[in-house]
Amino acid sequence: MNNSSIDISSAIERRRRISFGVTLLVVGLVIYLLFGSNTKPGSLTTFGLNLLGSQAIEVSDLVIPALPAVHLMAAIAVFTGAYQLARGVRSTGWLIGILAFTFVFAFLMWAAQDKSFNLTGMLQSSLVRATPIALAALCGVISERAAVINIGIEGIMLMSALVAVVTATVSGSLYVGLVSAIIMGGLVAAFHAFLVIRFKVDQIISGVAINIFGAGATSFISSRFMAHATDKLNNSGTFPIIAIPGLSKIPVLGPVLFENNLIVYLTILLVIVMHIMLFYTPWGLRTRAVGEHPKAADTLGVNVYFMRFVNVTLGGMIAGLGGAYFTIGSVGRFDEIMTAGKGFIGLAAMVFGNWNPIGAYTSSLIFGFADSLQVKLQILRVPIPSEFLLMAPYIVTMIILTGVVGRAIPPAADGQPYEK
Amino acid sequence: MTNVLELRGITKRFPGVLANDKVDISLREGKILALLGENGAGKSTLMNILYGLYKPDEGKIFVRGREVEIEGPNDAISQGIGMVHQHFMLVPVMTVTENVMLGIEPVRGGVFLDREKVAKRIKEISDQYGLEVDPHAYIKDLPVGIQQRVEIIKVLYRAADILILDEPTAVLTPQEVEGLFKIIETLIKGGKSIIFITHKLKEVLAIADDITVLRLGTVVGSIKPQDATSEILATMMVGRDVSLVVQKGPAKPAEPVLVVENLYVRNERQHLTVQGVSFNVRKGEILGVAGVQGNGQTELVYALTGLLPLESGSIHLLDEPIHRATPRDILERGVAHIPEDRQRHGLILTFPIHDNLMLCTYYKDPFAKGISLQPVSIFKNAEELVEQYDVRTPSIYLNAGTLSGGNQQKVIVAREFSRPIELLIASQPTRGLDVGSIEYIHKQIIKKRDEGAGVLLVSSELDEILALSDRIAVMYKGRIMDILDADKTSKEQLGLLMAGVHPAESSRK
Repeated sequence: MNNSSIDISSAIERRRRISFGVTLLVVGLVIYLLFGSNTKPGSLTTFGLNLLGSQAIEVSDLVIPALPAVHLMAAIAVFTGAYQLARGVRSTGWLIGILAFTFVFAFLMWAAQDKSFNLTGMLQSSLVRATPIALAALCGVISERAAVINIGIEGIMLMSALVAVVTATVSGSLYVGLVSAIIMGGLVAAFHAFLVIRFKVDQIISGVAINIFGAGATSFISSRFMAHATDKLNNSGTFPIIAIPGLSKIPVLGPVLFENNLIVYLTILLVIVMHIMLFYTPWGLRTRAVGEHPKAADTLGVNVYFMRFVNVTLGGMIAGLGGAYFTIGSVGRFDEIMTAGKGFIGLAAMVFGNWNPIGAYTSSLIFGFADSLQVKLQILRVPIPSEFLLMAPYIVTMIILTGVVGRAIPPAADGQPYEK
Repeated sequence: MTNVLELRGITKRFPGVLANDKVDISLREGKILALLGENGAGKSTLMNILYGLYKPDEGKIFVRGREVEIEGPNDAISQGIGMVHQHFMLVPVMTVTENVMLGIEPVRGGVFLDREKVAKRIKEISDQYGLEVDPHAYIKDLPVGIQQRVEIIKVLYRAADILILDEPTAVLTPQEVEGLFKIIETLIKGGKSIIFITHKLKEVLAIADDITVLRLGTVVGSIKPQDATSEILATMMVGRDVSLVVQKGPAKPAEPVLVVENLYVRNERQHLTVQGVSFNVRKGEILGVAGVQGNGQTELVYALTGLLPLESGSIHLLDEPIHRATPRDILERGVAHIPEDRQRHGLILTFPIHDNLMLCTYYKDPFAKGISLQPVSIFKNAEELVEQYDVRTPSIYLNAGTLSGGNQQKVIVAREFSRPIELLIASQPTRGLDVGSIEYIHKQIIKKRDEGAGVLLVSSELDEILALSDRIAVMYKGRIMDILDADKTSKEQLGLLMAGVHPAESSRK
């Protein structure tokens, strides 16, 4: 009996191993045929490592012969695939990493052959573009760890974005705008929490209502009042870039990590603070308990409703910060529906990041990368219609949400109202 | 002898129900009070009042002679009252330490959890009371018996000296029950007082110092174990004489009706929970499947009734394969199913009784002609079945959800037994029922056997398995440990098998 059960589980292992191996082989072949045959022999790809106007010490650019590099990537993919079929690699993460890296790198080689491509610039813009996604994801993490689903993040961010720019323009202080946006986010989320905790309104319906209201209200205010009074209401300026002395001098890393604006730094700080809070403090222990088994927490005297209410509200404040990023952190004015689904992508990043702050931030970076790649490729005039390129972040979202990359486990009580 | 805890005149009303009616109980210091009663007698309500989860409408609570107000679990805990719940209140994805410290976390540096301090204290408690457990283990990896220890440690960590154990033996194997009794002895020696809630008569007689019996929300009486017998207690509990022994003649097994070979099933979470199970059920016999809950019995029954797909293996019903058959196909071939979760899979609670009584065959004559239902025959069928199967209801037009648990189960039995069947699959058929209904349903199952149907009885109540089965299969971790003749086995032997130990192996050691 024992043996047969081992047979079954090893059969599943084998199926997984084969499917991963075959995928890698196919990717290797695609790289070879698609990019290899379309790359001119002898062409060079230049990766720029310096950013114009940055404080970093200059280093020489990376110049790589395109065709051999594409072939190398194909070879790595094929070799890893063959090794996987023959022996099996334990870590799924490594396999996915190699798969993504070889494909993306070969793709860049092909796309940028005989041209120059600023790598540092793209990494920098990945981090910046990941910021609102990460803030939305962090809002999701803290709410859902306490078992309240908040799909109204998109709406909260839109409203906060508008509030931020208007208050900042009127008061003349970006900090007033920032604080107002955070308060706005907190208020809307508190309203959501009140509805779903006190009145047990369906969490999805309440979230959708917030999204619809957010889109409608901001678009109305924007076109009715702000369009004719841009200078008085909708022209705030943005937070300046703060270069961190010393660290910003490091080549490549300096411009990417240490020359950003306040909101980008705040986001990274929030990731660390939330991680510590969730896993190393009593508040976090109670939050997670409320999300996993609220009844157990209740019998130990933890106030389930209070914990949920406060965490959802805190999440809303984080989403409010994310909203502020769109206006006063990035372009300095409000446009209708300017969040463009970043709130939802943030939720995908939360799922992909397994409801962990650090995981959520890492996956936000992947989305940010997809987003900034798409922009760079348009500049490079790659022979792919720009409409398809624009889809890149959303396609990545869908692939992740289908669970291809392994299924994440949400908090056990996620989305369920608590009845005493 | 002082009373450490006294409840006086506790009354609690729920809409339409008087759950507790002027209940008085008292617990002597350093003693075990058994609170005995059927499901729905009001034991759990009473204890939830004591633990502050419900507020009583009337009545007073005295702890060590002083009247106290208990507004919530925190008040109960500060009075030294701790509760081990029937359904464990543990967070599976957290460690033992985290579960124990939740709610009263000690901190280091003002904000950071001090896990080490708690782990040390857990070790001390473990050593003092013989509650061995690894403080850093995750709850989800621990067997049920150990999880219960964690629950007890949780209570002791909060320095409780009055412990309420709510149906603590319901999920344990007989050996684990013995272990629990030893722990209870140590606790008493350590100066604790215990309220032990149960509906199992033998346990009460084995362990209690005082017995208080509840029925329909009122105290029927208190009695000392030395003055009591199982029969006396059962009569107090039910309010009339009951026969505790099931009358049945010898089985006359004929050819197999169900043959299962090397069956593997995955549950909804993709875990392989049935691993290579083979057995058969013959006409005219009852095969009991014993085992602690969660050892693959549920998935086995789901696979047999078409609710879960097979991973591999084969199932033959009357020599025809039913691996890919739909649930309707399976029931049309003569399989009756009394599902484990009667409210989810057995009934549609918001449908009237008459509709629930024809759910299996609603699309057939006489209930339907063409595309229209035939209310007259549906009502007639319902009236007859309610009469015949003794379903106590004022009307067949009421929703099934308004019935008591016992009567809900009778509706299912009536529906399933009223059509010609070859095989009966009964999963936990008497869970949560009163003694009267249990008696009735047991008789019906025996009757089906004597009419020549094969019966597969899945139950985690060992007494039920022993009372009804002709052969007994014991499941452990998705496998069948052994299949034994019911009259050639003992409770001890089954208990060992339920714990995954072959008696032969253990004696060799």
